[in-house]
Amino acid sequence: MTAPLLSIRGLKVRFTAYGQVNEVLHGVDLDVPARGNVALVGESGSGKSVTMKAIMGLLRTPPAEITGGQILFRGQDLLTMRERERLKLRGTAMSMVFQDPMSSLNPVFTIRDQLATILKYADRRLGRDRSRAQRLARVHEVLAQVRMREPEQVAAAFPIMLSGGMRQRVLIAMALLSEPELLIADEPGTALDVTTQAQILKLLKDLVAERGLALLMITHNLGVVRETADRVYVMNKGTIVESATTGAIFAHPREEYTRDLMAAVPRLTGGHRYGTQGGRA
Amino acid sequence: MTDAGPITTLSARQQNWYRFSHNPTALIGTAIVILAVLAAILAPLITPYPEHVGAVVNFRARHTPPSAEFWFGTDNVGRDIFSRCIFGLRVSLTLAAVVLIIAVPVGTTLGLVAGYFGGWTETIIMRITDVALAIPPLVMALAVAAVLTPSLLNAMLAISALWWTWHARLVYSLTRQIRALEYVEAAETLGASKLHILFREILPNCLGPIVVKTSLDAGFVILLGAALSFLGLGIQPPTPDLGTMVADGAQFLPEHWWESLMPGTVILILALGFNLLGDGLRDLFDVSEQ
Amino acid sequence: MSAPVLELRGLSKAFRVRHGFMGRETREIRAVNDVSLTIGRGEVYGLAGESGSGKSTIARMIMGLTEPTAGTILIDGAPVAHAGQRPVQMVFQNPGASLNPRRTVAQSITVPLAVQGVGAADSAARVAELLEMVELPRHFAGRYPHELSGGQKQRVAIARALATTPKLLILDEPTSALDVSVQAKVMDLLADLGRDLGLTYLFISHDLSLMRNFADRVGILYLGRIVETGTADQVFAAPSHAYSRLLIASVPVMSEDEARARPTIPLIDGEIPTAEALVAHEAKQLSQGSKA
Repeated sequence: MTAPLLSIRGLKVRFTAYGQVNEVLHGVDLDVPARGNVALVGESGSGKSVTMKAIMGLLRTPPAEITGGQILFRGQDLLTMRERERLKLRGTAMSMVFQDPMSSLNPVFTIRDQLATILKYADRRLGRDRSRAQRLARVHEVLAQVRMREPEQVAAAFPIMLSGGMRQRVLIAMALLSEPELLIADEPGTALDVTTQAQILKLLKDLVAERGLALLMITHNLGVVRETADRVYVMNKGTIVESATTGAIFAHPREEYTRDLMAAVPRLTGGHRYGTQGGRA
Repeated sequence: MTDAGPITTLSARQQNWYRFSHNPTALIGTAIVILAVLAAILAPLITPYPEHVGAVVNFRARHTPPSAEFWFGTDNVGRDIFSRCIFGLRVSLTLAAVVLIIAVPVGTTLGLVAGYFGGWTETIIMRITDVALAIPPLVMALAVAAVLTPSLLNAMLAISALWWTWHARLVYSLTRQIRALEYVEAAETLGASKLHILFREILPNCLGPIVVKTSLDAGFVILLGAALSFLGLGIQPPTPDLGTMVADGAQFLPEHWWESLMPGTVILILALGFNLLGDGLRDLFDVSEQ
Repeated sequence: MSAPVLELRGLSKAFRVRHGFMGRETREIRAVNDVSLTIGRGEVYGLAGESGSGKSTIARMIMGLTEPTAGTILIDGAPVAHAGQRPVQMVFQNPGASLNPRRTVAQSITVPLAVQGVGAADSAARVAELLEMVELPRHFAGRYPHELSGGQKQRVAIARALATTPKLLILDEPTSALDVSVQAKVMDLLADLGRDLGLTYLFISHDLSLMRNFADRVGILYLGRIVETGTADQVFAAPSHAYSRLLIASVPVMSEDEARARPTIPLIDGEIPTAEALVAHEAKQLSQGSKA
């Protein structure tokens, strides 16, 4: 068996606020295999966002402090790696799709300018040499990969001219620029309408299947997990409660927490009456 | 998800106190302001020569440099500068207090009304504000002193007549933001009166920035008052006033440097104290309003 | 039969948007277009739609926060009074924004009581009663919103809405800012209150699974129009409008049963179509079908 692409071992993080110390991750273990499609699901305060930020090196220290564990990417520990080496990975080999398509794009630059600039800096970090024309060609290429019908027109547009769904696609294209091996998506589609969300989830799934990249999705929505991921980690209060394949966990959740969480989600087929004196009493 | 769990078990008051007590700027500012106010109130008790406040003449001790007997030295008629500086605080603090007690409520109310009602009310109030903002307070005070007589009261009136504009602008822009928030709409749908919405829903949410601005303003008003006295337009002798003392001492520079430098330093520290306090309060409110 | 609690007749709202040189030309955007519906006593009417569908504008018009450009709003068969005097209350989407951060729970709840001229002593008793109704401990009266969890804040917002004993309660995405475990409890509370107090709800949501389980009747709103209406069972079992089908088909679900129950949507160029594309696609097929 080959080593996973991303492997988190015993990750511990604590926060200091108002002179009080709180441990928020108590030894998290999580694996994302190459070409894997993994979801990390949890409610607010579960620690899923802290885990994501720790992977991407976005935790602000202080107040946060990583007190233990390893985050191995291609077998190298990101936590002991030199900052320089880590910067080479961030946004290139591992890149992130941000949640809010409204605030993650700068309103005063065209999509082409923003993507080309990001690519230029990625090239510089990695010591790649590419002309501006080549970079623009790459920008159009990734826009086509996220199923934009007219990549040239989208590239020339300002963010305000695009719909929410199109902006989310641009953010995914941005993450694809340097051909990442691992894509980390923070609540993909949560800020969008349900019909647009369905399109974005299908796109992410297709990208994993077609481009051979691995996806780690952070979400609170169990339905989204079932529709998109192959493997699920359920997180609560800073620990991984349960992990299994998507099919197994939705068919037979082992832990009580997982069962309660699933029971709380309303079903599209109906049949539940809300109220304490109603169906459940 | 927006509903992140609490990161601390401290109450809001404890959190605020924690931040304030861990903010050296705020603590130094508070200490300066409290000391200045106490010194001004207790001036007759703590000064070595309280009688030097009046038209006392002590020619034998004139132009004495700072010493154990006269900490800040003496002036051209031999009065103790330290005692006069402490009494001078009274004038500066009174000026700041009176100006702000007039300007802050007036500016706040006008800003609230203009920001909430909009339309013609807004146009009229804000255009008057813009015109008043264009007049420098020092020029206004000079004009008032020229028409009426130079006195502390006239200086205070002149400054107050313009100072409210800054608060009107501040509260106006805050109100414009707050009136669009859901809790204001909720209060409207619950049938709350305009008065309730202005003073119970919106005003409490403007208090942070108002307090910060008021504290910073106190420093500026004190400096302005000192400038007016320096020009001879403030309080009239023999009442000790820091600005007047700087002006009087300036004739004897550089040999008798302490006569200007000592009261000047007191003005500086007092204005600095209010500024540090204001900055500290701003840090406090910035965090709690995130 | 008594008059419905809420009746909307041909309700429309058009916004004028200035554009062109110096904003001299204006264009009309119809946010709400000829919407009619009735809600009977004790009924839960679910209004589903995506952003821009006009569902919030309808809620705002019923509350009196926005004036309709055409149509009438009848409550208990009578035309409505000014905002603030209507027997309608609203629970907003984000309890963090709808409660004033500088006012205690009791101060927030007593706003409508003061308007009704309730004295201080009676008011305190009523606050205790309302807190009990939403299953919060009495000592929460002195707390500030930031000392409460999201679910607790929403309970306070519900208590405040109930203080005036409204005839109709508009629930505007009341649980979309909450965790699902908290959502279930708040929905239980709303169902209990609805039954115990005989409340009528207009439930606005984009969460169709939740709507399926909470609403008696459902209206699907698309570009300012109600394109489909019926009992929840009818609409979810057999949606007739293309947009309703797309909306229901897009819901991420928890089980195979639900996935099978979703309508199937034709992929256009291998992609899930947008609402406009699907509606156009179906119209084209219809016209081709009628020609053949």
